[in-house]
Amino acid sequence: MALSYLAFLVVIPLVAICYDAFREGSQVFFSNIFRPSAWAALKLTLWTSAVMALINGVTGTLTAYVLVRYEFFGKSLLNTLVDLPFAIPSLVTGVMLVILYGPEGLLGEFFTGTLHWQILFAPPAIIVALLFINFPVVVRSVQPVLEELDYSQEEAAATLGASPWRTFRQVVLPSIRPAILSGMLLSFARALGEFGAVVIVAGNLPLLSQTAAVYVWGEIESENRLGASAMSVVLLVLSFTLVLVVDYLQRKRGGSHGPR
Amino acid sequence: MALVNPRHGQRPLIKYSLISTVVLYLAWLLGLPLLTLLQSIFELGTAKLTEQLLNYDVFHAFGLTLLLCFLAVLFNTIFGTLLALVMVRQNFRGKSLVNGLLDLPFALSAVVVGYMFILLFGRGGWLEGINAFTGIRWVFSIPGMILVTLFVTFPFMVRELIPLLKEVGTEQEEAARTLGASPWVVFWRITLPNIRWGMLYGMSLTFARALGEFGAVLVVGAGIAGATETATIFVFRAMEERLYAGAYGASLILIAIAFILLFAMEMLKKRRKV
Repeated sequence: MALSYLAFLVVIPLVAICYDAFREGSQVFFSNIFRPSAWAALKLTLWTSAVMALINGVTGTLTAYVLVRYEFFGKSLLNTLVDLPFAIPSLVTGVMLVILYGPEGLLGEFFTGTLHWQILFAPPAIIVALLFINFPVVVRSVQPVLEELDYSQEEAAATLGASPWRTFRQVVLPSIRPAILSGMLLSFARALGEFGAVVIVAGNLPLLSQTAAVYVWGEIESENRLGASAMSVVLLVLSFTLVLVVDYLQRKRGGSHGPR
Repeated sequence: MALVNPRHGQRPLIKYSLISTVVLYLAWLLGLPLLTLLQSIFELGTAKLTEQLLNYDVFHAFGLTLLLCFLAVLFNTIFGTLLALVMVRQNFRGKSLVNGLLDLPFALSAVVVGYMFILLFGRGGWLEGINAFTGIRWVFSIPGMILVTLFVTFPFMVRELIPLLKEVGTEQEEAARTLGASPWVVFWRITLPNIRWGMLYGMSLTFARALGEFGAVLVVGAGIAGATETATIFVFRAMEERLYAGAYGASLILIAIAFILLFAMEMLKKRRKV
């Protein structure tokens, strides 16, 4: 019964959408993907998500390291606040960023008014929104691994005169690398499909700030079914592949925990 | 457990520069947006807020959101627990595929999820006949929105319970069964008490995800004010129509609920570890 619930809820819709995208043959499918507006949306989504994943990999690892290795005032509050982006609706995140980076916002005035650097309705806003939403992913992937790590190796390295940076790079990093990687990939997968936050901060300007998910929405609204189905299948294949890779990485690590 | 090395204070410079980097990053990424929202709400004043928030459409939107959250928690608690039990206790062919499918709603775009259901239940869809058969419209309607909310929130309970059930093991259950307890009694008296904190945690995660869902319910429900508009869809419409007091006020309510959930989850995490 539990399995048929899963089949009904997950498998049938997946099959239906793939069928629909290839309904008129694979040539029509590819021409729908390589249309300028679709191709631009896909490229924009991929590169902004990749930039986010790289930044998130660094800041997430740093945050996890600080939370595990140091004791300081307000640590448990900080640890709780890490999960905040999981709890706040992503659309609300978008609203807050629009205020902050808008023409009258604190940072919008500075960046756009003083530096003439457009943030809102442009790629930088997409990256910031994706960073906000995916912040907990890498932290929560690295933190448990770091906690189980044996401290004595680091001490040995330090005693033998290795600099802190070298100790981190050669002793700590190799053991947490798979966890960082799977966190980055998972945040990348989530970023590819993000809609709520992006649709608000990026607007819906084709070729300029329209991401893949926003493109699908636009195609649904204008009742271009083939276009929507084709892009949906691309997103579907990408996220399914990434999820399987993350699953594989985590199994290799020996952890039984799925991605959060 | 964090291991704290007493000698780690040897390099306080590194320690405090790393901590302040993290705190500053979070202040910029999470803190600043929250503060600007609060400031904007204060600037708008109560007159505008009450005018744009206290009306039928907004009440309806929040009511619908709460209904979706409640149903997501109810259904996914029942079926999520069942599926977790099946995944942990039974071996069957294609189990690893099921495991992969389970994570898909985590990563799949919400818009695509909504679109899949339109394709299925809409005009010319494979399951179009179900509309007439059940006498319920499954697209551009609340039943369809319930269905997609169930889809996107599905993994949370299962993912929460699988490691927990593995850890608990089957010894206690076997002992009870040997002593003549019926399967129902075993579940009610042994299994459930062992996993209840994890279950509550999974329920909070499910609630939070359902609360924030936007893309899927927008596509399936089409966001008609006073009918298929949820709280998040209302915020979106208010932004488009420049009803800023309504948008910011409703955002603040959603954030307040998020904070309550977050601290409830933190308490549950501590209980679960005991």
